[in-house]
Amino acid sequence: MSELVVVRPGPLTTVQDLGRYGVAHLGVPRAGALDEPALRAANRLVGNEPGAAGLETTLGGVALRAVGRVLVAVTGAPAPVRVGGRAAAWGAPVVVPDGAVVEVGAATDGVRGYLAVAGGVAVPPVLGSRSADLLAGLGPAPLTAGDRLPVGTPPPYRARPELVPLPAPPAELVLRLRLGPRADWFSPDAVARLGRDGYRVSSTSNRVGLRTEGPPVARARGGELPSEGMVLGAVQIPPDGQPVVFLADHPTTGGYPVVGVVPAADLAAAAQARPGTPVRFVPLRGH
Amino acid sequence: MTAGAGAAGAVPPVGAIPAGAVRRAGDRALLVELPGTAEVAALYGWLREQREAGALGEVGELVPAARTVLLDGVADVDAVARLLRTARPTAAEAARGPLLEVPTVYDGADLAEVAALWGVSEEAAVRIHTGPEYTVAFCGFAPGFGYLTGLPARYEVPRRATPRSSVPAGSVALAGPYTGVYPHPSPGGWQLVGRTALPLWDTDRDPPALLAPGARVRFTAARA
Repeated sequence: MSELVVVRPGPLTTVQDLGRYGVAHLGVPRAGALDEPALRAANRLVGNEPGAAGLETTLGGVALRAVGRVLVAVTGAPAPVRVGGRAAAWGAPVVVPDGAVVEVGAATDGVRGYLAVAGGVAVPPVLGSRSADLLAGLGPAPLTAGDRLPVGTPPPYRARPELVPLPAPPAELVLRLRLGPRADWFSPDAVARLGRDGYRVSSTSNRVGLRTEGPPVARARGGELPSEGMVLGAVQIPPDGQPVVFLADHPTTGGYPVVGVVPAADLAAAAQARPGTPVRFVPLRGH
Repeated sequence: MTAGAGAAGAVPPVGAIPAGAVRRAGDRALLVELPGTAEVAALYGWLREQREAGALGEVGELVPAARTVLLDGVADVDAVARLLRTARPTAAEAARGPLLEVPTVYDGADLAEVAALWGVSEEAAVRIHTGPEYTVAFCGFAPGFGYLTGLPARYEVPRRATPRSSVPAGSVALAGPYTGVYPHPSPGGWQLVGRTALPLWDTDRDPPALLAPGARVRFTAARA
């Protein structure tokens, strides 16, 4: 069985697939790739099932030595790719010979890069997923130098379209917002201003949530909400009024009112928005 | 079991769900707001039966909480919202799951304080805590951390003013109306009354959480 040996883990590199399902009632977050279309594209490029586990990098890339010949593809945040010290393609299948090092450099744009390997990263699944969950501590820990990642048996390779559409990281992050379930905790005026005012991505964002900074969203009522179930994309308004968009490692329950929910289709861009990126919420009414 | 009235005979319905109680949470989820824990337990039990019977279509998650049930990953939210308007869950549907005994050594660091809050001796506090049958109302905070109800309201205790930076796994603790058992070592602000050696969380077990929603629990005093 082939392996990938971690030479340089980068600032934060984790194993991710499409996450855990059906266990939220036990308090288990979903986890999974933040930019799911990018992971799916990387898997498609190497002939994997879309949900095979790959690596999610954060800003700084990763370097891995192949034990056995492997086929990889890098997508997500654009970054220089080198194999054995020579420039290689980003967003395309790349062969890494036995003993060679594949290096993903610092992202030139965006935040999260995805490296898929034919056969998938074959760490043991936990509750149906190989994803690292940084909130609950499930799945493999973030990579450290010297880690050895088993690679699964590559599927029979079939030629695939070379061009996988990969959207560029956003210059402005536009997040549609389906109002509710707790929009009534805020005055119509505060909700209207949330759609009008400018916000920026905070540097305190992580896999749990995209934190934003801007004019505080004022509550129309006092009191506390008993903790309730939270969905992916929920926009919580904590007491400081700064909206937090829940990403894959979000807690299963929370006690701050959710003014609206960002559709999953908009969250890939949220995963790639760097701190300081302008954010515009676009409230949608009705269903 | 169907949604029809009278399906459970002698057990009265916990109540119909008012239309305004079903809220949208994005495109694929519904949040049902209920008066309290008993109604949550009844609806959660009813929804699990409906899901098993295939009446809900595709539903990814059913997440009970203190006063809500979240249905997430719902393929047809309109159809499920309509079905919820006909729901007449009963308390009988809530009473499910085997009775689990949790042998507990009552030597927690906050047992004396809890006893003082209740105005009784430590021995009496243990008798109070081992008295009722509890139900896991919901999970949260950490995987497998169940919020157990069953202690009478007069025994509610506040959280500690200063949370501990580390609480050992197996700690039996109280906060507000709830009893919880820490499945993993973690920071925590609940009042520690005892500890159990029972393995509460095991990802190789199905289900991984011993204290899953709906489970019934009795604490028994064990020797150290």
